[in-house]
Amino acid sequence: MASQTIATPAETPAAAHQEDTGRIAEPATGAKSLVRALECMGVEVVFGIPGGAVLPLYDPLFDSTVRHVLVRHEQGAGHAAEGYAQATGKVGVCIATSGPGATNLVTAIADAYMDSVPIVAITGQVAAALLGTDGFQEADICGITLPITKHNVLVTSADDIPQVIAEAFHIASTGRPGPVLVDVPKSVLNAETTFIWPPQLDLPGYRPVTRPHLKQVREAAKLIHSAQKPVLYVGGGVIKAEAAAELLEIAELTGIPVVTTLMARGAFPDSHQQHLGMPGMHGSVPAVTALQKSDLLIALGTRFDDRVTGDLGSFAPGAKVIHADIDPAEISKNRTADVPIVGDCKETLRELISALQVLRGTSEPADISPWIRQLKGWSQSFPLGYDWPADGSLSPQYVIERLSAISDEDTIWCAGVGQHQMWAAQFVAYEKPRTWLNSGGAGTMGYAVPAAMGAKVGQPERTVWAIDGDGCFQMTNQELATCAIEGIPIKVAVINNGNLGMVRQWQTLFYNSRYSGTDLNTHKLRIPDFVALAEALGCVGLRCESKEDVDSIINQAMQINDRPVVIDFTVGADAQVWPMVEAGKSNDEIQNARDMRPQFDADDV
Amino acid sequence: MKSTRTLSVLVENKPGVLSRVAGLFSRRGFNIDSLAVGETEHPEMSRMTIVVSVEDAILEQVTKQLNKLIHVIKIVELEPTNSVQRELILIKVRVDSHHRAPVLEIVELFRSKVVDVNPDSVTIEATGTRPKLEALIEALEPFGVRELVQSGMVAVGRGPRSMTTTTPRAVDRSA
Repeated sequence: MASQTIATPAETPAAAHQEDTGRIAEPATGAKSLVRALECMGVEVVFGIPGGAVLPLYDPLFDSTVRHVLVRHEQGAGHAAEGYAQATGKVGVCIATSGPGATNLVTAIADAYMDSVPIVAITGQVAAALLGTDGFQEADICGITLPITKHNVLVTSADDIPQVIAEAFHIASTGRPGPVLVDVPKSVLNAETTFIWPPQLDLPGYRPVTRPHLKQVREAAKLIHSAQKPVLYVGGGVIKAEAAAELLEIAELTGIPVVTTLMARGAFPDSHQQHLGMPGMHGSVPAVTALQKSDLLIALGTRFDDRVTGDLGSFAPGAKVIHADIDPAEISKNRTADVPIVGDCKETLRELISALQVLRGTSEPADISPWIRQLKGWSQSFPLGYDWPADGSLSPQYVIERLSAISDEDTIWCAGVGQHQMWAAQFVAYEKPRTWLNSGGAGTMGYAVPAAMGAKVGQPERTVWAIDGDGCFQMTNQELATCAIEGIPIKVAVINNGNLGMVRQWQTLFYNSRYSGTDLNTHKLRIPDFVALAEALGCVGLRCESKEDVDSIINQAMQINDRPVVIDFTVGADAQVWPMVEAGKSNDEIQNARDMRPQFDADDV
Repeated sequence: MKSTRTLSVLVENKPGVLSRVAGLFSRRGFNIDSLAVGETEHPEMSRMTIVVSVEDAILEQVTKQLNKLIHVIKIVELEPTNSVQRELILIKVRVDSHHRAPVLEIVELFRSKVVDVNPDSVTIEATGTRPKLEALIEALEPFGVRELVQSGMVAVGRGPRSMTTTTPRAVDRSA
């Protein structure tokens, strides 16, 4: 059936005309209708900035149960909505006005699209009569966001608002999640209408498949049952499907080793002996090599991204592929699947577990113990590690290791993009899903601080650390003012190496150490002084420059819960992220340190 | 392997659908050879006939991406052997009284028709498959083609089955 009724309203207002059926019908402006729809969807918080075209919406929002967090830049609103969504599993909401307000959301929307984050972006638009006339603050935001949204809508009648909002939340949160933009002209916000709830959804072309095809599941189970070198290749879809428990169950049932991609850190406990770490360009040697040498990849909610596969032609050459994903377009997009399974990861894993139990009741599974021994050997020979900088400066990896050691396993970690992000993925110990938030697909510098803000709003009882770089931090740190004023006490660890570190690493490796445009002078000139900047933004600013001070300063930051706190960790500029597979090269050419290829035993290969 | 393929795409009749569909092709840098859009027997639905020359693997990926568009209801690939495929062309040919007779003879041979006559020109309407229309254009070229306008191809599957009556509105997914 295409038409469906959405869930009962979260709460019903006393003033509303209510029939026995729970149906609401009350006179309202378009703006009021929109705010009521958000309330009925159970929205707790929206992140936004008002402006001319969206002003009518802000008037009823003033009286609403929905909390509005006034951000300092619309990009911050978008990333905060993402952080909220990823930390809670609910839909994040951001609001901007027309024109530049809406275009400032574009980066965050693109980011949410790449990482399948459910957000609803609501933008004001010029009055309908002005559409297409280059009116003041007009931008065709639906046209602009066409390729970076799961769906977008220009609302043409105030009567449509409840349905459009309900559909937007439904589309954003179901199937493969993603961003939905709702563009509402000022004239529509001002128009008189009747707010009717619940509305009917009418989405005849939207039918996400969540239940896996059982024949395919049985085929997959047979391959798993007989594979000698299987690997569970786990992506972010497992976290989105809330399938961590099922993943643990299948891993422990079969003993198959697990790798978790950048988007899946936390889907499987790092402390688990079957966990090989992260695959990909900066993945661990055992994780990368396990995929390369495997005879069966069990790919779950993952998309064979180029940062994981390296050169696709030489990726996992001996492996058959079971590919389970909720998005049929991901299956066989990059690597042809031998057994494709379209479905939700949680349901797929449940079915797979039962199918495997049936097989195990009739015959012994193939012996994978030689494979496990081989992997154990690689894990022991090639553990993640780092060298202390030769110049005596502080090691960034050490800082992140200590942050992880001092924090509890419920801590939520956000990162920007670059070296600090990779170290945060490598050296923080993740035990639970939704504790690692980063910009994986889009690689958006500046993601960390606003995402941490959104995560902290969604999970106020938990510690939220943003691990940021000095480059990233300068893109979005103004949201610390929002955090200070709104009572959102996040903690920020600026891994300050004075440079755009990842770019500098590539310049060291591939451009003869010619450091073109990468020195930010946050070391040499101390512009800005991050401690003073933090204080100016209403936060506590701390600085740490030596190994001896790391623990005490982290502990000091852990004691501060009434304000955001920023630690400027002044670290060496020359530290590099290893292991590394050069872009476009085969994963077989992984280096565990510069010019150091892991030497596998002859009988390993 | 590259080949010419015909997709019939059933969509909701809503603003912006055409640019969403076209965008999926242009984003991958390939050209739509022919496109025709119109309402179906259900006014809330439109049907697009899209002709593209692409590699099979790419077509599969584009089809999957098209299916992800919220406003796309259904996609069917129409094979030339089990579908009727037609295009319409209007050709304005320069003719004086000397040449009118041979032009009209060609019109007759191709079972096309004259829709406008003038002392210096005739305008011919023709429908048919691509090879037939190409042959007609070739036959008329020596007289001087002044204007040529072509519709996109429209196509429908042979037999009693209908793409629109078997829409998901009427079909529940059997699990």
